[in-house]
Amino acid sequence: MSQSDNYESVVSSAKSEVAKFDDDDKGLVGRFHHALHTTPALVPLIVLLAAVAIFGLVLGSKFFSPFALTLILQQVQIVGIVAAAQSLVILTAGIDLSVGAIAVISSVIMGQFTFRYGLPPTVAVICGLAVGTAIGALNGFLIARMKLPPFIVTLGMWQIVLAANFLYSANETIRSQDIAENAPLLQLLGAKFNIGGAVFTVGVVFLVVLVLVLAYVLKHTAWGRHVYAVGDDPEAAALSGVNVNMMLISVYALAGLICAFAGWALIGRIGSVSPTSGQLLNIESITAVVIGGISLFGGRGSIMGTFFGALIVGVFTLGLRLAGADAQWTFLLIGALIIAAVAVDQWIRKVAA
Amino acid sequence: MEPILKGRGLVKRYGKVTALDNCDFDLYPGEILAVIGDNGAGKSSLIKAVSGAVVPDAGTVTLEGKEVHFASPIEAREAGIETVYQTLAMSPALSIADNMFMGRELRKPGFRGKWLRQLDRPAMEKFARDKLTELGLMTIQNINQAVETLSGGQRQGVAVARAAAFGSKVIILDEPTAALGVKESRKVLELIQDVKARGIPIILISHNMPHVFEVADRIHVHRLGKRLCVIDPKDYTMSDAVAFMTGAKEAPQAA
Repeated sequence: MSQSDNYESVVSSAKSEVAKFDDDDKGLVGRFHHALHTTPALVPLIVLLAAVAIFGLVLGSKFFSPFALTLILQQVQIVGIVAAAQSLVILTAGIDLSVGAIAVISSVIMGQFTFRYGLPPTVAVICGLAVGTAIGALNGFLIARMKLPPFIVTLGMWQIVLAANFLYSANETIRSQDIAENAPLLQLLGAKFNIGGAVFTVGVVFLVVLVLVLAYVLKHTAWGRHVYAVGDDPEAAALSGVNVNMMLISVYALAGLICAFAGWALIGRIGSVSPTSGQLLNIESITAVVIGGISLFGGRGSIMGTFFGALIVGVFTLGLRLAGADAQWTFLLIGALIIAAVAVDQWIRKVAA
Repeated sequence: MEPILKGRGLVKRYGKVTALDNCDFDLYPGEILAVIGDNGAGKSSLIKAVSGAVVPDAGTVTLEGKEVHFASPIEAREAGIETVYQTLAMSPALSIADNMFMGRELRKPGFRGKWLRQLDRPAMEKFARDKLTELGLMTIQNINQAVETLSGGQRQGVAVARAAAFGSKVIILDEPTAALGVKESRKVLELIQDVKARGIPIILISHNMPHVFEVADRIHVHRLGKRLCVIDPKDYTMSDAVAFMTGAKEAPQAA
C-alpha cells in the first residue's frame, strides 16, 4: 500500500489525554449567561428577590414583615401545589388544563363523602385522593395510548370533570362551621401555627416539602431523568430504553394525585367545600410554571423555578394591593412578566455562549 | 454452524411502499457482517425488524435458535441486542452519563438506593468516562455536558460507546462512522475489532466501502427489499460490490 493510502495510521501516535482549554474570561455578561444556562431556576429567583426588595423599600415594614411575607406563602399555597403538578406535565412537553377541576372535584368528594354518606373523614380524604389520581391516570392513558394531544384531552377532561362536579354536588356548599364541628380533618391543611409573628399553615409546609421532594426525584432518580428524556425527545427516549407510555401515564396520574392534595388544601384555605372555587387554577398554574422558566416545549426547567414563579405572582399581588394600586395592575404586570420570562428563556437557550 | 441471529421471509410494508420483500438474513457467531445497499433498499428497515424497532408484517426472527418477537427495542435490548441508530437516540438536554445509562440506571447501594432510589452518579460518570476514553473521545471535556453541546461526531461516539458497553449478544451499528472525523472513525473501526475479539458478532451498515472491506467477514448485499447475495470481501473488489448493489452486474448465485 502506498504511503498516501495509509493516511489513517498516524492516528495511533496522537496524544491521548482529555482536551483542556484556557478558560478565557467571557466577561460579566458571559459568565452570568453561563450560570443561567446551567441553573435555569436562577432567573425567577433573581426576579423574586428583586421584587421583594423593591416592595420592601417602597412599602417598608407594612410589606417587609414576617406576617406579610408568610401571608404570601399562604396565598400561593394552592396555586403552588397545583403548579408543581403542572410542572411535571409540562416537563414531558404536555399540558394539563384539568388541574383546577381535579382539585375542586377532589375537595367536593372529600366533603360530600363525609357529610352525605357519613363516611369517616379519613376514608373520605383517601377517596378524594384516589379519584384525583384516577382522573389523572385517565388523562395519561388517553394521551399515551390513544395518542391524543394533551391539550385536547385535558381541555375535554376539564369540562367533563367540572360539569360532573356541579352535577354531583348539586352546586351545594358545605359550610365551614359544619366541617369544623364534624370533620376537622378536612381543614387540616389550613391549620395555622405561629413562629415569631410568621404565620404558617400545614398546607404551606406541605407545599415546601412537596417542592423539595419533587426536586430530589427529578434530579436524583431514574424516573425523574426519564421525565426529562420523554419531554426532550420521546422517540429517542423510547429507542434508548424508556417505556414512554408508562412514563406519561405515571406523570399524569401523579399530577392528579398532587391536584387532589391541592383540593384538600383548598378546603383548609377557604374553610368550606365549594364546587365553584378554584376556577382559575389551571391558568394560574401555567403562569407560575412559565414565569418559573420551564419550557412549554418540554425537557427543560426545574421545579424550584415553578416555586419561585408562584411566589413572584404572590409578591406582586400582595405588594400592589398594599400599595393601593388597582388590581388590574397586577394582571398587567404578570402578563408582561410571562412574555419577559419566555424571552429570557430563548436567550438562555443560545448554547453558543 | 447455526446463525446466532436469523431472519426468514421478513416482510414490511408502509402503506403501498414495500420496504422488505421476503427478506432473509443470517448473522453467524463471532463475525462482522456488513450490510450494504443503495439508498431506499431497505437496509434500515431490515435492521429495525431484527432489533425490535418495527414489527415485521410477516416472517420470523430467531435468536440463538429460539424464535423471538420483539415488540419494542427495550425487549431486544433485554435479549442482548444493542443498536446504534442513525438518529442516535439521545436526549439532547441530558448529560452524557444520563444518556449512556438511560433505562438501566445504577442506584446507590444500601438505603439511599433501595428506599430513596438515589442514582449512583459518581459510578455512572466514571463508567461513562472510561468508555469514552476506550474509544479515544478525548475532546469531550466534561462528562456532565449536555449532549446538545457536543459536535455531531462526538454524539455518534457516545452512542457507539453506549452500545459497545452494554451489548452482550449482538451489536448493530447503523452508519456508525458517517459523521465522524478521521481519528474517531479509525477508533470506531478498532472498537469494532475489539468487540469482535470479545466474541460478540456485529452488524455494520455503512456506505463507506473502504471501511466495509476492511473489517467485514461477510458482506450482505441488499437490493430492492431483499438479500441479493452474500459475498466474501476477499473474493470481490469494491467496484464489484457497488455493481451488485446498484444492479449494474449480475449477482453470484451461491454465497
